[in-house]
Amino acid sequence: MMGYRVVKRQEPLNWGSFFIFLVALVLSLSLSGAMLAVQGKPFLKGLYLLWDGGFGQLYALEDTLLKTIPIFLCALGVAVCFRMQIWNIGAEGQFALGAVGATWAVLTFPAAPAWVLIPLMLVCGAVAGGLWALVPALLRLRLGMNEIITTLMFNYIGILLLQYMVYGPWKDPASFGFPMTPMFPVAAVFAPVVGRIHWGIVLCAVVAVALWFFLYRTRLGFELLAGGENPRAARYARMPYNFLVVFVLVLCGALAGWAGVLETSTTLGRLQSNVMAGYGFTAIVVAWLARLRIPTIAVFSFLLAGLRVGVENLQLELQVPAAFGGIIEGLILLTVLAGQFFVWFTLQPRSKGED
Amino acid sequence: MRKLMLLLAAALLVFGGLTGCEKEKPAEKTATAESAAKQDSAPAATEEAPAEKEFKIGFVYVSPVGDAGWSYAHDQARMELEKRPGVTTSFVESVPEGADAERVILNMARKGYDMIFTTSYGYMDPTLKVAGQYPDITFMHCAGYKTAPNMSAYFGRVYQARYLTGMVAGRMTKSNVLGYVAAFPIPEVIRGINAFALGVRSVNPDAQVRVVWTKTWYDPATEKEAAKSLLDVGADVIAQHQDSPGPQEAAQERGVYSVGYNSDMSTFAPKAHLTSAVWNWQIFYDHVVDSVRDGSWQSGQYWWGLEHGIVDIAPFGDMVPQDVRDEVLAKKADIASGKVAVFTGPVKDQSGKIRIAEGEKAGDAALLGMDWFVEGVVGTTE
Repeated sequence: MMGYRVVKRQEPLNWGSFFIFLVALVLSLSLSGAMLAVQGKPFLKGLYLLWDGGFGQLYALEDTLLKTIPIFLCALGVAVCFRMQIWNIGAEGQFALGAVGATWAVLTFPAAPAWVLIPLMLVCGAVAGGLWALVPALLRLRLGMNEIITTLMFNYIGILLLQYMVYGPWKDPASFGFPMTPMFPVAAVFAPVVGRIHWGIVLCAVVAVALWFFLYRTRLGFELLAGGENPRAARYARMPYNFLVVFVLVLCGALAGWAGVLETSTTLGRLQSNVMAGYGFTAIVVAWLARLRIPTIAVFSFLLAGLRVGVENLQLELQVPAAFGGIIEGLILLTVLAGQFFVWFTLQPRSKGED
Repeated sequence: MRKLMLLLAAALLVFGGLTGCEKEKPAEKTATAESAAKQDSAPAATEEAPAEKEFKIGFVYVSPVGDAGWSYAHDQARMELEKRPGVTTSFVESVPEGADAERVILNMARKGYDMIFTTSYGYMDPTLKVAGQYPDITFMHCAGYKTAPNMSAYFGRVYQARYLTGMVAGRMTKSNVLGYVAAFPIPEVIRGINAFALGVRSVNPDAQVRVVWTKTWYDPATEKEAAKSLLDVGADVIAQHQDSPGPQEAAQERGVYSVGYNSDMSTFAPKAHLTSAVWNWQIFYDHVVDSVRDGSWQSGQYWWGLEHGIVDIAPFGDMVPQDVRDEVLAKKADIASGKVAVFTGPVKDQSGKIRIAEGEKAGDAALLGMDWFVEGVVGTTE
């Protein structure tokens, strides 16, 4: 590095950033491959199995899409918050509350028909998740409490609340004492729309379009984006900054809550404490990797879901330890984020006569 | 700058390709002696092979096989099965109970496995679901209770081994406070605690067993912290229903005793480890694989115990005196022969109410749904 100095670019790279992403991806995959090789596993076959497990077969694609849905919803919510520089890391707890809200709806109205129950679950899930995010928002506005801490702590409280309901008042009396709610009635399960993929995917599409429209075609959306760039200037321009803080947090809570509703209803069919699969935290990774842009978030959610699903195939066929998937994910995140350095800065060779 | 980037990218691709070409081995030959388990599912699936079709067995584990605990014990048995001619096995570890489990089981089913063992209670519903879709595959679910024409539930009467470890712990404690680091308040765990407490109080009626819930099967750091919290209230023997040896290490660090679970944990805490309640799954797995292969397999609930040798206690640590050993081994023989049952009345619960009447032996249904603690246990079942 001796012969170079760091110079900030006039304009951040546009198409070049995609190229940098590719380089980062290749680097991380090569490192992963090297790790496979060190363990004595075939390197290219491993990468092929990773691809095949995530995208190579129709059922794999379906599995990946099913996993994409909750990640995408959470990531959208988190990205909206991050755009305003509200560092909400409470998506996991908001997901839990959404699941709890939907379960309340199902257990209170078990005989309701689907056209009543499904919207009711969505409303209750959104309200529960939104309320859960509202408290940190108010704490930030009224008491100046850092939302990173409050939302993080609320994760634990939310998950414990879910566990309390499942171990206590909502435990299925017929389940031999195992902590799970009774099975949901068929009316409470989102129906499949294509293959095994349920209506959640339509919800994702609707939310994505609505959010895009809101951010780029409405005044409030513009104020949100501006408020994120420079809160002080936004305040001077009399934009409703405080309202927006509450708004983005509640929105994220609602979206993460919907992810919780979908997961509880479709993958488990009842509420158990293992509905928590870390999607709230994965969403943060995805939102960062995608640089908070909606179409990119969709792509990255899909890719990350595919990685998670593909790693299982790798485990099954090559006996690679489960930790390997986490390592690859971490490597990709690190290299891509490090690569983003080059989007903003460049290295120029020092000329002979300098310093 | 651009040229540099292009050069870098090209170099990486070439590097990647080269490493690939060097290290790639043909699919049939699997790798080095280092890897924990070898199998290749690729040749196994061909029907037109001249020898009989390979019998493929898949295992789904809830924690890593290196946990030295629950999954490790199952994997030891799997490796024994692997040694059989004509049998290949594979496993997926650290599968979260929930949506992911169903996908993993489905994938195994799609790849034509003949038997699939799912080794955690949380896999029950996913296993049942996949069993309904693949009637030709035999599913064995551990630690649950649902069955289907092609799915059995199995477990082991590890509470018998726990009772014996309780006897050892009861004899070795000086403070009369024993700590129990437990995972989830489900009947299986509660039953283990009760058996342990009954064993302790059979030799030491003044002792009490304090319970702490970690709400996780496998999290070494959390388990160790929980053990420390028990040590802080005066426990001098730490027992556990967890998948890692964390609590054992905590006990050793404080210079007190510990009782392990799942496997012989003495290597992690040689000065502290009295004994463990261990599994010998290979005895059961051999039987069940044989019965599938010769066609005599039937769906049902299997709950074997000391009499079959599927549960046992680990070798005693050096600090256990000979008279204690003799006492415990004599009781073990009694339980194994059926002369004595662990849950024989009179047994009172924490409030003093008689739950098992004098002379009565608790039936399996009562054991499977156990949600109350015996007298002498300090803690709640919430």
